[in-house]
Amino acid sequence: MALTFEKTKGLTEVSTHYCPGCTHGIIHRLVGEVLEELGVLDKAIGVAPVGCSVLAHEYFSCDMFGAAHGRAPAVATGIKRSVPDSVVFTYQGDGDLAAIGTAEIVHAATRGEKITTIFVNNAIYGMTGGQMAPTSLPGQVTDTTPYGRDTGVAGFPIHVSEMISTLDGPAYVERVSVDSVKNVLKAKKAIKKAFEYQIAGKGFTMVEVLSTCPTNWGLSAAEALNWLRDNMIPYYPLGVKKDIAGEMK
Amino acid sequence: MGEKVLMKGTEAIGEAAMRANCQCFFGYPITPQTELAAYMAKHMPKAGRVFVQAESEVAAINMVYGAGGAGVRCMTSSSSPGVSLKSEGISYIAGAEVPCVIVNIVRGGPGLGSIQPAQSDYFQATKGGGHGDYHMPVYAPSSVQEMADLMQEAFDVADEYRTPCMIMGDGMLGQMMEPVEFTERTPRQLPPKDWAASGLRGRQHHNAINSLYLQPEELEKHNIDLQAKFQKIKENEIHYELHKCDRDNDVIIAAYGTTARVCKNAIKLAEAEGIKVGLVRPITLWPFPDVAFEETVNKTRFGYLTVEMSAGQMVEDVRLAVNGRKPVTFYGRMGGMVPDPVSILERVKQMMDGEVR
Repeated sequence: MALTFEKTKGLTEVSTHYCPGCTHGIIHRLVGEVLEELGVLDKAIGVAPVGCSVLAHEYFSCDMFGAAHGRAPAVATGIKRSVPDSVVFTYQGDGDLAAIGTAEIVHAATRGEKITTIFVNNAIYGMTGGQMAPTSLPGQVTDTTPYGRDTGVAGFPIHVSEMISTLDGPAYVERVSVDSVKNVLKAKKAIKKAFEYQIAGKGFTMVEVLSTCPTNWGLSAAEALNWLRDNMIPYYPLGVKKDIAGEMK
Repeated sequence: MGEKVLMKGTEAIGEAAMRANCQCFFGYPITPQTELAAYMAKHMPKAGRVFVQAESEVAAINMVYGAGGAGVRCMTSSSSPGVSLKSEGISYIAGAEVPCVIVNIVRGGPGLGSIQPAQSDYFQATKGGGHGDYHMPVYAPSSVQEMADLMQEAFDVADEYRTPCMIMGDGMLGQMMEPVEFTERTPRQLPPKDWAASGLRGRQHHNAINSLYLQPEELEKHNIDLQAKFQKIKENEIHYELHKCDRDNDVIIAAYGTTARVCKNAIKLAEAEGIKVGLVRPITLWPFPDVAFEETVNKTRFGYLTVEMSAGQMVEDVRLAVNGRKPVTFYGRMGGMVPDPVSILERVKQMMDGEVR
């Protein structure tokens, strides 16, 4: 029988620990497929964060680092500067990147580090059991905002992609979603473009991926996808936020 | 033989690091070590190497984690408050067994403290600093020449044992100008860095630089392995100097770094008065040279006087090493004040008169 589909070589044989309905698995697969399709698995080095994807170093088949909470962009800087021909990516959640690691992501971006950040935004701290994230929506109920996120007390969510795209260092910043087949395919395109820019030495690239957390949102897998579509996408508009190729036209 | 040049301590560290084939320097400005970063900024790019001014000490140590984990010789430097910030990263580096060198040009604390020389980071450097059961070799030079020599040694030890190493100086040593000779060292036989995460490049299994072990059985085994490594370092990497300890002394002083030099002056003053004083100078603060006290415990009549620019930190290790066999007393200055030879001699005399125990 002809082989029509095959798991990407970018991922190992280890079964992931992600909850049913969580979209981390899809995003892992997209990154693995892109690295394989670009033929760079042999010189790719990934940096896993602290958060739900803390075990990502077991799932990607390329060389990997586990970073301290929020520090992945600094670790990636050290890797890329010391091994310039490598293809380096960080894989970070919203707490890791947009709270404790805000300084690291902003400065890696503004230095124009030739790395790619995959920023998984599911508007909650998943691993610790559902606390408010820097990207939790106004009014969103979490463990630490049991009456809903009151912006007068807990402040406002950060639009990370918009913020990063104001800097001069980034070459490409796009926000995508994995709530539907159509959007998953778009997400893959964006991730591929980000890595292509890195390989071409254009500068810092980031793809923000709107993602689900059915467990801590208290929803079924299908309901979670609907919640993402109905609540997150209106607040975090999808699309290209910065593209230096576009600017050059 | 190499040429003799006049250099500042901080610059000698930079030059020695470059001669030790350090490929990357990641730093953040803080007094009194900024000249080292400036030296590296000037010379590393010209040599085709990497200098990055990080956004914080936290970022700098994590850049070191990345470069060191990719198998490349690298370093960072800072001063006390900055090293506190680096301590999280140093714990990860020790846990993930990443070779690198960290320079601490110590200044007075706690908190923002002062910018004057101090030795009040001894506990932080030798007893952990960051979280978890770890140690790292800590070198305490007492001259610009020794700063240069130990820098190269630290890089070799880091690579041999897959460990962070610290060079601990103080503002005095960093700013002092002295002649230095960069000699060709016999390089150690170092193991290949087959553990490094620098891309598969044909390798069949992937490497991961990581300090996470979720299963307690695995984490305990990792800790047992780390402890075995620390034991090996203790057995092989202790350095110390004995000064005038081959005679029967009235008192032996224990001191390191800048303070040891002041103590040597106090020993000269003592000799003029017919008082015999020796000096044990630990060069590695961890592993601590217990053996130096074994060798000298019968060479002192009134015991040991530990002198530090702190409230008394190394004195605890001296007491453990002497283990009650002789009295151990302490004299220290704090907050950036440097002990003077006359006051040290005064303390020696008080010990001899039985006034301090």
